[in-house]
Order: sequence, then C-alpha cells, then structure tokens
Amino acid sequence: MNQLLVALVGNPNTGKSSLFNALAGLRQQVGNYPGVTVEKKTGRFQVDDTEVMLVDVPGTYSLAPTSPDEQIAVHVLLGTQPGTNRPDMVLCVVDASNLARNLYLVTQVLEMGLPVVVALNMVDIAAERGLEIDIPALARLLGVPVVATQANRKKGIDELRQMLAGARVESAPVVTFSGPVEHQVDQLVEDQSLPEEIRNSFLARRLLLDVTGSLAKGLALDGNAEKTFARAREEVGQDQRIHGLEPVVRYGWIKQALDQLLVKRETIKDAGRGRLDRLLTHRVMGSVIFIVVMGLLFQAVFSWALPMMDVIDGSFAWLGSTVGSWIPPGALQSLVVDGVIAGIGSVVIFLPQIVILFFFIGWLEGCGYMARAAYLMDRLMASVGLSGRSFIPLLSSFACAIPGIMAARVIKNRRDRLTTILVAPLMSCSARLPVYVLLTAACIPDRRLLGGWIGLQGLVLFSMYMLGIVVAVMVAFLLKKTLLKGPTPPFVMELPSFKLPSMVVVSRRMLSQGWDFVRQAGTLIFAVTVLVWAAGYFPHDPLVESQVRERYQPRINLLTDGVQREELQQRMDAEINGEYLRNSFLGKMGRMIEPLVQPLGWDWKIGVAVVASFPAREVVIGTMGVIYNLGSDADEESATLRDHVRAAHWDDEPDRKVFTIPVALSMMVFFALCAQCASTLVVMKRETQSWRWPLFTFVYMTAIAYLAAMVVYQLASLF
Amino acid sequence: MLAQLARGETGRISEILGDDDLAIQLMEMGLVPGIDIRCIGSAPLGDPLEFELLGFRLCLRRKECERIILQDD
Repeated sequence: MNQLLVALVGNPNTGKSSLFNALAGLRQQVGNYPGVTVEKKTGRFQVDDTEVMLVDVPGTYSLAPTSPDEQIAVHVLLGTQPGTNRPDMVLCVVDASNLARNLYLVTQVLEMGLPVVVALNMVDIAAERGLEIDIPALARLLGVPVVATQANRKKGIDELRQMLAGARVESAPVVTFSGPVEHQVDQLVEDQSLPEEIRNSFLARRLLLDVTGSLAKGLALDGNAEKTFARAREEVGQDQRIHGLEPVVRYGWIKQALDQLLVKRETIKDAGRGRLDRLLTHRVMGSVIFIVVMGLLFQAVFSWALPMMDVIDGSFAWLGSTVGSWIPPGALQSLVVDGVIAGIGSVVIFLPQIVILFFFIGWLEGCGYMARAAYLMDRLMASVGLSGRSFIPLLSSFACAIPGIMAARVIKNRRDRLTTILVAPLMSCSARLPVYVLLTAACIPDRRLLGGWIGLQGLVLFSMYMLGIVVAVMVAFLLKKTLLKGPTPPFVMELPSFKLPSMVVVSRRMLSQGWDFVRQAGTLIFAVTVLVWAAGYFPHDPLVESQVRERYQPRINLLTDGVQREELQQRMDAEINGEYLRNSFLGKMGRMIEPLVQPLGWDWKIGVAVVASFPAREVVIGTMGVIYNLGSDADEESATLRDHVRAAHWDDEPDRKVFTIPVALSMMVFFALCAQCASTLVVMKRETQSWRWPLFTFVYMTAIAYLAAMVVYQLASLF
Repeated sequence: MLAQLARGETGRISEILGDDDLAIQLMEMGLVPGIDIRCIGSAPLGDPLEFELLGFRLCLRRKECERIILQDD
C-alpha cells in the first residue's frame, strides 16, 4: 500500500472545503494545529493500492505570510509545521471565475519542486460569466495536470482522485525573475554560511523576496543569515526596486498567460446569480437585505431556539422527577436530581442556540454573505476601534454570548478578536430578560410618556440593553488604548460573489462545533453546577425541617377538606425548602455579604439570590422563588412571585419595602453588567487558550456592575 | 486618487505607496501598476469602498485607498 500526503492549498472562497469533502467523504477529522486556534483538517481516500492522505491548509493568497493563517500554510508546505509531515504533493484549488488572482499562489507553489495538481473549481460559475478557459493550454503553461471540477456537484472528483494517486511530475517554476534576482538566488544557494535547509532555490528566492521579514521570522532565521539576505536585497535594489518586485513580475506573467488562455464570451445578462449579486450590492436594497438577514439571524437564535430549550428543560425536569422517585429522599436524591441531572441539563440547554447560530453563520460564510455584512458594518465598528468582522459575533451575543464568542474566530486580527470576546458578555443576553421582566413588571409603574407613545416599563427595558452597549463601547475603546494597544489592522477584504453553500460542509461544521462545546465546556459547567448545588444544600440540618413541620402539622390535621390540606401541605413544603436554603452555606454567605450589598439597596435575600446566580444568571428567579417560600417552580411570569416581590419588606422593618424603584433599577443594572455565567467564562478560556482573560472579564465586569448598581441606587434614591 | 473614482468609473493603477505589509498585501491581491480597477460604490456610511479588478470584488477603507495612485492623477 503506497501512502501519499497531499496538501490542499488555495485562495479563500475557492470551494476548497467542498472539494476536500468531495474527495475524502466521511473519512476526515478536524482538529487544531498545536498552540493556535487554527483549524486543521485531515482526510483520506483510496485509489487502487494507494492511500492518499489529505491535509487542508488555511486559505491563503500568497506564500509571503502576513497573518498567522498564512504562516501555518507556508510551514505545512515546507514540512516545518509541528503536527504534520512534509507533504509529498500539493493540490492547488483554483477558482475558475477568478483565475488571475488565484494563479499568483499557484506560480509560487510551482517553485517548490514538488509534484503539483491543479483543480480548476467552480467551472460552472466561470461559464455563467462567459469565461471559457483552454484547459489543456493551461496545463501546458503550468507544466502540471489541471482537472476541471465542480466540487459542490461532485463533478470531476473521480478524475481528480486518479490524478492525485498517479501524478509524479515535479513542478518547475514558470515565472522568471530578472537576471540580478536569479543571480543572487544562485549565489545564496551556494553560500556555505547559510543553514543547510535554506540552501535551495525555492527558499532562497522566497527569503530574498521577503521584504517585510515575516518569512525570516517564521523560520527563525539567525542574525547572520538575515544580514546575508538583506545584503542580497540591497544588491538587487541597485538595479530595480525590490519592494513589490514579486507581485509586479508575477502578475506581468499572469496577464500575458491569460491573454492566450481566456476567451470571454458575451455574458447572458440577468443570469440568476448576476441578478442576485447586483441586488446585494445595490445602494438601498443591499442595506435592506442586510437588515432583514440580521433580523432573521437574531430571531433564529433568540426565538426559534426557545421551543427547543423548553423541550430540553421539560425533559430534564421529567428525568429529574422520575429518577428522583427511585431514590429515597436525602442527600443522594438531591445530589442526583438537583446536582447531576440539573447540571447536565444546564449544559445541554445551550445547544439549540449554539447549533442554530452556527448553522446560520456557516451558511452565511459559505454563500459569501459574511464578508458583505462585515463590509456594511465596518464604519460603525471602526468608530469603536474594531472592524466589521466583529459585528456578527456581537449581534449574536444579544441572544447568547457563548455562540457569539465562538463566532469571533472569523476575526483574524488577534487584538480585535480578543477585544470582541471580552466585551461580548456585556451585550444583554436572553438570560437577563427574565430578571428585567420580573423587576420591571413588579416595580416600575405602568405609565405612558410622550402622549401615550412610549411606555415607561418598555423604556426601562430598552435602557438596560443600551447600557450594555454603551459600557461595551467604552470598554472596547479603553482596551484598544491600553492593554490591547496596537496599529489598526487593514481591512482589505475580498467580497466573494454569491454561491450556494454546501449543506454538507455547513452541517458538519455546525455539529462539530456543538459537540466541541459539549465536550470541553460541558464538563466544567457541570462541575460548577454541582458545586453550587452543594453550597445551597448543605448543611441540611433536619432540625430546620422538623421545626417548620411542628408549626404546620397541627393546622393540617385540623383541615378536613382534601384540597385545602393539599394546599397547606404545599405551602409547608415550600417553606421547608426556603428554610433549608436560608440555613445553607449559600444562605449564610448571603447574610455575611449583606453589609456589602446594602449600599446597593439590597437585603440579604437579594444577596443570596445574586450570589447563587453567579454561575448562571437565570437561576436568580428560581432562587428568589425559593427564598420567598414559593417553591422552585416560580418563574418571571408568575403573578405570585411578582406580588411577593412587591410586598417584600426588610426583616425587622415591616413598613419598609425592599423592592423600591431604586432597588429594582440597581438590581437590573447589576445584572446587565455583571459576568454571571460560568459557561461563558469557560468558553472564553477555550477560545483564548488561557484563564487570564475569563478572570479579567469576571473581575472587570463584576466591579463595573457593583459600582454602577451602587451609583444608580444612590442617585435614584435622591428623587 | 483611488478614493476619488466615481461610482462605475475605472482607473488604471500607476503605483502603490508604502514599504509595509499592507502595500505587499494590496499588490498580492492584484493591485499592481497597469491593472484596471473599477469603483462599484461605498457602504451606507461612506466607508469602506468597493472595487472590482481582475474579475473579483474587493473592499478597502478610504485610508487604505490613499496608498493607491492612479495614472493621470
């Protein structure tokens, strides 16, 4: 069995992923290159007695690396990338409708001396544009086999597989540089003072043309070698401008070559794709479509996920009560039901939002619309120091920061990506809504302003959302000026034409991201939930329960009516739960921190609920329900909880209400700005590969939330 | 200057200014002297700008366009 390692290279947006899938089918794996969050895809297929292993390289425009992705591409091809072997062959994927720019990379790859096969992909799109390519002539020109493919329709795939298994012809350079350049290259190859690995014409030429030094840095060239190349460049520079030499020469060759190869026929005007393209770039319609698409995206994650989340909630509740009935009451039952099962549920409940968002994003990226969305939003994002690419991750965070943070992977610039991730949790996510709803309905008067147009309650709700945005803008601005200071990265971006994305590629990516989340974040979130359960359960002194029973039992025994008995029994159970919580570690913690939360206007009960909600803010409603003896089933819509909130008074002062307007406002402000989601912090750790940033986020957000809540309470109390 | 091209107007590139990564990036994408570039339009807020060259579309911020000098400028 022969084995062959083939590296897949190509520009972004050439359908490389579809081609990879078409070649490898199900036999593929996705991982990471060690130490970076760059995806590494490997796959395999068999032809006769040859096993071909594929490694997909990040899309790149050139082998002169200007980004981490491009560095990886170069290293993989050279065989110097940890985690991969040197490829035996290179498959260049080329977009037939975009030949000129794609050939740039191809001419570079041809200089490596490895066997090369070119896949001319998306020939259908080229045909639609009236472009006819003389494929045999192209093959002759490049000196390597060229196979026409349509990856999404699986056309040309078999032929490509055969070609890969059979091709052995080593490629040769096609672009000739000037005499002085080639002279220097020859000299450098012979130069004994340079490391052995560099003394081949490909690397010598690349390092010579590497005017910005990024390749030299990537290969960890020592000072002497760098000086040698610098000197060589100077010598070339005496005859011609070295900077920009490579692109000028290559494109010169490409232009000449294409004049011979390309035939442009009359385009069929108003072909479906052309029309769609024109619509998307239209001044007005483009923006309208954008708003509609973003609205749909938001709706999808916000609302469509809800039914699924309800089903998951219900299923886990059912599971909890069923399993609970098999275990006698006690610590074990509580651990299994409220700890383990609830813990797993709290992880799984995020899946609908993550999966839906990634499906949507994958689809948008695959059809080429993501670039256009980033283009439309760039001006707005640039005003806060970010780029258009940050828009969709931040928009998604309004539904849930977890998929939003994961979506930030599309942001190439490290500082921009980090800033986006660090402010994403400030976007008021869907878990904050129950708190806003409960407190607004209970405490904010239902007045109408501006002649009945604006409701006060709605205004307060809106303000909470705006607060998150305003603080995020300030934090992003500050970060860019201090911790994450750096030059504004350029925004040179290709705007690909609209293509129907491969459902297979999109679905696969969506599922793998969902599974990644469950596997990595899941374990930690689960652990935190169990810990919180323990803090809210222990010490669980039975004396507490018996004291409550003593008070209720005589009254229950006096009742003859079955329904009334049942009711009183339920109230007793609820009070028992409440007493247990109040006497637990969590409850004690709440009472201990009461002096800390008093400046915010809160009493210890609010303190307990807030502390309990640090791992997951949606828990606050249920916890408040338990503390006010309503059992754990109360939700933000329940009228009884609302009434209890309105009626709640301070422990020793029956006339002093707890939930005044200033208190409601300070509590909402706290929830708007505080980092109360362990899941988000865990995902942040995974995406930034360090605990430093989640810790930083936790500290800065909690600090801002505390201060803001205090200021709001103090100011509001003055009125 | 590239940024001054009217919507639909085509210009021919004369030179790319600068010695840094951005200049190289622009040239590698096809913005080399002699290539024709057409202005498609701008984003709603006036920035970035959209261009067409060599059969594909590219967007650039106005600031980045300052690097690109056209013939007959």
